[in-house]
Amino acid sequence: MKTIADLIAEEELFQGLDKEALEFVAGCGSNVHFAPEDRILTEGESANTFYLLRSGSVALSFYVPGRGEVIIDTLGAGDVLGWSWLFAPYRWQFDAEARDDVAAVAFDGACLRTKCDSDNHLGYLLTQRFAKVILGRLQAVRLRVLDVYGAGATH
Amino acid sequence: MDAMAPVPYRVVGRARETADTITLTLEPVGESIATPRPGQFNMLYAFGVGEVPISVSAIDAGHRLRHTVRGVGAVSQSLCSSEAGTVIGVRGPFGTDWDVESAMGSDVLVVAGGIGLAPLRPVVHELLRSRRRFRRVTVLVGARAPEEIVFRGEVASWQASARISVRTTVDYATAAWKGEVGVVPTLIERVTIDPEVTTVMICGPEVMLRFTAAEVLGRGIAAERVRVSMERNMQCGVGRCGHCQLGPVLVCTHGPVLPWSRVGPLLARREM
Repeated sequence: MKTIADLIAEEELFQGLDKEALEFVAGCGSNVHFAPEDRILTEGESANTFYLLRSGSVALSFYVPGRGEVIIDTLGAGDVLGWSWLFAPYRWQFDAEARDDVAAVAFDGACLRTKCDSDNHLGYLLTQRFAKVILGRLQAVRLRVLDVYGAGATH
Repeated sequence: MDAMAPVPYRVVGRARETADTITLTLEPVGESIATPRPGQFNMLYAFGVGEVPISVSAIDAGHRLRHTVRGVGAVSQSLCSSEAGTVIGVRGPFGTDWDVESAMGSDVLVVAGGIGLAPLRPVVHELLRSRRRFRRVTVLVGARAPEEIVFRGEVASWQASARISVRTTVDYATAAWKGEVGVVPTLIERVTIDPEVTTVMICGPEVMLRFTAAEVLGRGIAAERVRVSMERNMQCGVGRCGHCQLGPVLVCTHGPVLPWSRVGPLLARREM
């Protein structure tokens, strides 16, 4: 059976981390499962965890008065759910809900934050990796701003 | 047959796909044009209004034509409002096709954005019809919102059949939507790809083509294996007028389906 360290070593997010760092990060992780419609994150609550999704799908949403719950993104296997644990004020900005059976590794963000504060090299490596995740999401949002399906035909 | 002379066709069917998109079924009044191949287009003439290039969105046996038109300008809106019995002019078929046969034996990845699913729909029909001749078949469909997905019922039936892998994504959705949310290029990293044996066919607005092509190239697929359908201001359809020129490429005759290796560098240049 694979350990958490084995599982995360295969993931792009943690590639390039040395064995010691991987072991430390793995020590902050645990396997979790969510059933369909389980609430994983709630806007405004303390953000002390992040998830590396192994299977299933998660919807990120935002409640808009008059429109109800608006889904702003969906995440799947290999995606990272949650980065508010890394940045003050450590509060979730959105809701997240499992859309089907979800398997993930949950990481204790508070534990990792403390470690990153004392081990700046690990802090840099993790911040760099999360910045890449954030960049990917930012690019996707920029594409939406471009309205990629609407541009073009004029006849 | 004179390629510049419209052939009269009668509207015999009109189906609403989305709020601004209609599929017209046409039958020849007298003589008919040649049977188009997947990816080719016809020039549709709304008499007294004008003519626009529209890809075939299905290829029926016999001489019927099916075209899916999004009403965004005077001519396309006139076509969209054509009721059964209306006679319109048809010239064609013009341009290159998707060459589905050449992908036999390989994986096929079809990526459609918005109305871009229309020219790819005959490809999916062919892939389903000859399913065993292809390896893994993946279809990715993107639209602004669930109600803007063209051929919604048919896409759902492709998904339900499980003969091919189909994923849909929209920019915005409510909780009722069970597909994915995000622009279609972001789905590329989530699908299984064997880059050596995958043929990619992409159609959608140019911005979407560029970002989708970048993603598939990033997965290791050679630009020669990536085909895109280009939309340009086609007017004559036969390479004479030059309105659809993209550098050295006349999209109406060299395209509309072109390998990314040829068209990608041209799209990266400004003012072309």
